[in-house]
Amino acid sequence: MSAVGEELAVSTPQTGVSGVLDTLYAIAALLFAWQVLHWIAGGLVLPSPLGAANRLALIAADPEFAGHAWETGRAFATALLISLIGGLGLGVLLGVHRLSSEVAEPMLVALYSMPKITLYPVILLLFGLGISAKIAFGALHGIIPVIMFSMNAVRNIRPVYLRSARAMRLAALQTGLHVMVPATLPEIVSGFRLGFALTLLGTLIGEMFASQRGIGYMLLKAMESNEPTTITALALLLIVFATCASWILLAIDNRLHRRT
Amino acid sequence: MTAHARLQGITRTYPSVGAHPPVHALGPLDLELQQGEFFSVVGPSGCGKSTLFDVLAGLSTANSGTVEFEDKPVTGSVPDGIGVVFQEDASFPWLTVWDNAAFGLRRAGLPEREVAERVEHALSFMGLRSFARAYPAQLSGGMRQRVCIARTLVARPRLLLLDEPFGALDQQTRLLMGDEVLNLWRETGATVLLITHALDEAAMLSDRVGVMSARPGRFIDLVTTGWPKERDSTIVAEPDFGQVTARLWSLLRAESMKAIAGLP
Amino acid sequence: MTRAGGIRAAVIGGAAAALEIACHAGWIDPVSVIPPSQMVAGAYTLLASGEYYADILLTLENVGLALLVSLAFGFLGGLVLHRLPRLRQAIDPLLASYYAVPTFLFYPLFIVLFGLNRWPLVAIGFLFAVVAMMLNTLNGFDRVPVVLTKTARVMRLTRTQEIARVTLPACAPYIFTGVKLAIAYSFIGVIAGEFVLSGAGFGFKIAFAYNNFDNPTMYGLMLLLLLLVGSVNMLLYYWERRLYARQVRA
Repeated sequence: MSAVGEELAVSTPQTGVSGVLDTLYAIAALLFAWQVLHWIAGGLVLPSPLGAANRLALIAADPEFAGHAWETGRAFATALLISLIGGLGLGVLLGVHRLSSEVAEPMLVALYSMPKITLYPVILLLFGLGISAKIAFGALHGIIPVIMFSMNAVRNIRPVYLRSARAMRLAALQTGLHVMVPATLPEIVSGFRLGFALTLLGTLIGEMFASQRGIGYMLLKAMESNEPTTITALALLLIVFATCASWILLAIDNRLHRRT
Repeated sequence: MTAHARLQGITRTYPSVGAHPPVHALGPLDLELQQGEFFSVVGPSGCGKSTLFDVLAGLSTANSGTVEFEDKPVTGSVPDGIGVVFQEDASFPWLTVWDNAAFGLRRAGLPEREVAERVEHALSFMGLRSFARAYPAQLSGGMRQRVCIARTLVARPRLLLLDEPFGALDQQTRLLMGDEVLNLWRETGATVLLITHALDEAAMLSDRVGVMSARPGRFIDLVTTGWPKERDSTIVAEPDFGQVTARLWSLLRAESMKAIAGLP
Repeated sequence: MTRAGGIRAAVIGGAAAALEIACHAGWIDPVSVIPPSQMVAGAYTLLASGEYYADILLTLENVGLALLVSLAFGFLGGLVLHRLPRLRQAIDPLLASYYAVPTFLFYPLFIVLFGLNRWPLVAIGFLFAVVAMMLNTLNGFDRVPVVLTKTARVMRLTRTQEIARVTLPACAPYIFTGVKLAIAYSFIGVIAGEFVLSGAGFGFKIAFAYNNFDNPTMYGLMLLLLLLVGSVNMLLYYWERRLYARQVRA
């Protein structure tokens, strides 16, 4: 797989305190740049970091917010489950045979590159307005990279592992459980990372586009009412959430890959 | 004395794929391995050495002929009592050295106490005891091959098959590993079949060396070295060693040129 | 056609046929999904009418702009990061989680900042595409085998000669991967933006058709988009194969 997933191809993070400090400096620099932009553009157009944080605190304190967050969380979690489990199942099935993976790969790449948002009307028509449509949006985005990565993980199992399992006279189930699963795990987790990110994106865009509740909906309303502070506050919340989740998954991913 | 393992009239032809014609890779070939002997197979590239290996181990089925191990036919699955070490590093990167060695025994359901005992012994024997908690990725190529050998050893194989296990290592390490394999051979009393492309290795380690022709592989000759059982790599100093190696090369030289000419 | 290609064609053809039958048999609500034959007819109609060319062109322009800017910044960014390892180490975790962040959220902010015109769209397309280009450029520079750099020094090439004749050709396949991704992401970003909130463009027209219950036009446009993306992908694929068929990838 030459194209998809290359955006995950970063060098492994550094260890050591100085490395972490450097990153903190970088984050501080970004916050400072934000502050400068705020001074240039003015508070009516872009709030300062502190302003955004304050607004976020206000929003979080609002009793209605819990309902929105719960709505988004529910949709996201369900979509994620579908993306990860469905994607894994399909990917493994496709990956077991050389021919099926060869047939499927270009189709998956085409689907990946397609602006899936343009399929939203179809989904709305099929699922109606409501949480199932949002879940469908999220799952649609997330399932494709999970399928691709799982498929490739199975396809690329080193043949010598399977030969060793035969040489040690393992039963088929034992080979599957004790050799194929650990051998494919690092690649599958990488797929999960990408699936997580895209499922979140899909769910949010779904809410922006067609929903009466949820954080995406709050964003759209804030845009229509011309409230940059609210937009920025919500964006901040989502960025922090997504980045933290991503770092946890990245740590797992790196740990698995370091052993390979 | 009946042979420990016997191949008779073995041929292997790979079916045609797409436009390529079928490939007659091996045979017809006969081989008898005596109990407890150290037998090496040398031959030019593409002569079917690895195919021979797979057929004997039960990893692959011959198109004709019979394979017997301990007087029982070998068909499609690896018989109990045969241990295999492959050319590539087959150590599982997700397990520690200890867990790698214990892997086969645990899957076979042996009680943990017995597993621990055997793994202890094998790791010590292969000089890996202090690396028991390390992961293969932290070890050199030679060490990883030792892990693979240890993993095979714990099952107490009666016939040990090694397919160019030291191919990826440098010469000095190879010589030392050769000494270790000889120790192993003496200690376990197993019959050993070693596939190698290194003539000096075959000459130094074996009781007999089978020289294969270019594809389709057949044995041109079987050279008996006559070394004493208590030998090691210092045997390179013996004048007979040069003679054995020379004999092997004189047999192989023409075959090797044929093999190179035939390569696409 | 290869065996895999044949199976693929059969699968797609079979799915289309099944959908056609399901629609005609009434198993699928005609308000939701129309038969593929009508989708094709819709596509043909809207192309023939000539009404949509302006929007298609507009979208392509936006994508093109986003692409150019992201290629330039992405490449330069990758180059700079490669030369400044400490900076690279520092922002490495941020880059690694960049695609986890739904950058699309900035779209409303851009509209507030720039107004409802093409610039928020170009900005979103840029945000989506630039980091992929940057990461792949970095990857490419990383993967120039050291031995090639040493060879350049042995031949006493000047810095410019080394970069032009050794470094760039060696990392070209990886940069090409970055370009492929940048193209895909520019498309996705721009069209997503047009879809959610815009006054013109391909994505907008799809949303417009949906809101007006104009299924033939809507599906026709979707089909065209799918064909467009598929064709671009195929072109890039064949071009890449021709360029790099003989080159060994590390």
